[in-house]
Amino acid sequence: MMSLTITPVLLPLIAGFSLLLLRQQSLAVQRLFSLGFILALVMIALNLVSTAASGEHQVYLAGNWMAPFGIVFVLDQLSALMVLLTALLALAAMTYTIAHKIDELGAHFHVLFQLQLFGLNGAFMTGDVFNLFVFFEVLLLASYGLLLHGGGRLRTKAGLHYVVINLIGSTLFLFAVGALYGAVGTLNLADMADKIAQAPEERHGLIASAGLLLLIVFGLKAAMFPLYLWLPAAYSQTSAPVAIIRVHGTLFGEAAGPLAYLHIDWVLVSGLITLVLAALAVIAAKGLREQVAYLVLASVATLLIGIGLNRDGSLAATLFYLVHSTLIAAALFLLADTISRGRGDFADKFVSAPAIPQAIFIGAVFMFAAIAMTGMPPLSGFFGKLALLNSALTHPWIFTIFAVVLLSSLLLIIAMARAGSLLFYRTQPTTESVTTPPNRLALSAVLALLSVAALMVVFANPMHEWTQSIAQQQLAHSTYLNAVLSTPVITREVSP
Amino acid sequence: MEWLIAICIGAMTASGVYLTLRARTFPVVLGLTLLAYAVNVFLFAMGRFVVGQPAIIDDNALGYADPLPQALVLTAIVIAFGMTAFLIVLALKARGEMGNDHVDGLHRDDDEEKNTR
Repeated sequence: MMSLTITPVLLPLIAGFSLLLLRQQSLAVQRLFSLGFILALVMIALNLVSTAASGEHQVYLAGNWMAPFGIVFVLDQLSALMVLLTALLALAAMTYTIAHKIDELGAHFHVLFQLQLFGLNGAFMTGDVFNLFVFFEVLLLASYGLLLHGGGRLRTKAGLHYVVINLIGSTLFLFAVGALYGAVGTLNLADMADKIAQAPEERHGLIASAGLLLLIVFGLKAAMFPLYLWLPAAYSQTSAPVAIIRVHGTLFGEAAGPLAYLHIDWVLVSGLITLVLAALAVIAAKGLREQVAYLVLASVATLLIGIGLNRDGSLAATLFYLVHSTLIAAALFLLADTISRGRGDFADKFVSAPAIPQAIFIGAVFMFAAIAMTGMPPLSGFFGKLALLNSALTHPWIFTIFAVVLLSSLLLIIAMARAGSLLFYRTQPTTESVTTPPNRLALSAVLALLSVAALMVVFANPMHEWTQSIAQQQLAHSTYLNAVLSTPVITREVSP
Repeated sequence: MEWLIAICIGAMTASGVYLTLRARTFPVVLGLTLLAYAVNVFLFAMGRFVVGQPAIIDDNALGYADPLPQALVLTAIVIAFGMTAFLIVLALKARGEMGNDHVDGLHRDDDEEKNTR
């Protein structure tokens, strides 16, 4: 079973290179391969989830070097969940891409897509801080390519901003990693947590500032640019909060002495501020894709609040909300694209336009997605938010948290209701059908993602138990440290 | 030697931050390059300053230089180099498509009208 641990990282890399070799072939061949690799990734992810469910950490020592000296990849329940979530999202996004032939717009779409999966899975599984930086760079480089895919002036402008912001983020990341290395002399997460707990008094300031600098970096990556493009944005939200849970949760856990829970208040405050700003931006959005981008920001803020609560059950609730919001946000991005295709030249702007084809059906889907996203009963967003607020009951800032979360939810509901009525009710009479009806395959990808909102309600109890077990494993730092640092190297028996 | 290195890193970072905040793409690219240099020297300095010592095991060595920051800097240089090259191409593309080198691509008010996909 050891060998499967590394496969979610290796498989997309192999896929990316083989697709590069296949670039002379027709798009049909490339699509077949790309989809095949993603299906294989889903299978492997399912297998890994069941492997990780035992609660043991599966540690892979790259190059067979002992833990603090070599790079380790760790499969625990959290990374298994994230790999599965990434693979499912990739499947839906790839189906939608193929259905709408988005990959015809520029070169190397499938290569970049697979390399982005490589970066994401690597970032979720690595147990080394510098390696995390490298995987973030891989993921960002691929996302730059995907962002500029298809061209267009507005996209170039947004892309320039995105690249510059992320380069600044990468520089800060290196400063933080360098300072941490200078203070504790290791890059392995488990070893670093161990060393921080024993660090002498005079190093605390340095470690604390490096840790908070790292938090700024993840914040920069999480609250990313309101990209008017579904793919990188839907992914960007998952990787950064998970990185905070993993890196800061491990380094500044309860064992870290005076430095314990250094980041918690910062995360909570920045989450609350981001949520207010995002809710206002959702109200102010002039187009549906812009609105969805800010909705993603709002759910990232909710995740940050969940991490910052640091109460019993808050991490489990955060993970529940993470699964829900990632899939629903991706579905909303795809749905916004479908709607703007149906509106022809009016695209996704909130103005009165001729009715889109199959308006009743798509309108119903939009309403379903809006209910799930804003966290109204009976769909999964409600359960996620309920669990979060429930764990906030004992927090000293309970009134602030409740006020911000509930008021921003109200703003989101108003904004989505306005968007829905503008897009579907205030239509102009039209004489001829100028637009094509929505693609069935593309719609099925959206519906499959949205069905999660219903499934997470039906299976709320097992799902909640699962996230609770993930959270427990995350909070048990000493088992993580032991598992990583005591994994033996593989020695080959020398036969006489 | 510490103070000299510290001043160098500080000066490069300050100039880098200043240039990054400029409104034209070329100074921004230069600023990011300076920031990358600063962080490379910083990473190197985090391995402590050792003069004339080997980084690999040697029976005759009196002391050792930390080999890890050297590997880190090498990786960071490669990544920063690739990113800068990409950013220059992107800046040139933006210059060509928007008609000027302002980071926001000014003087094209029809951006709002033509919602590209």
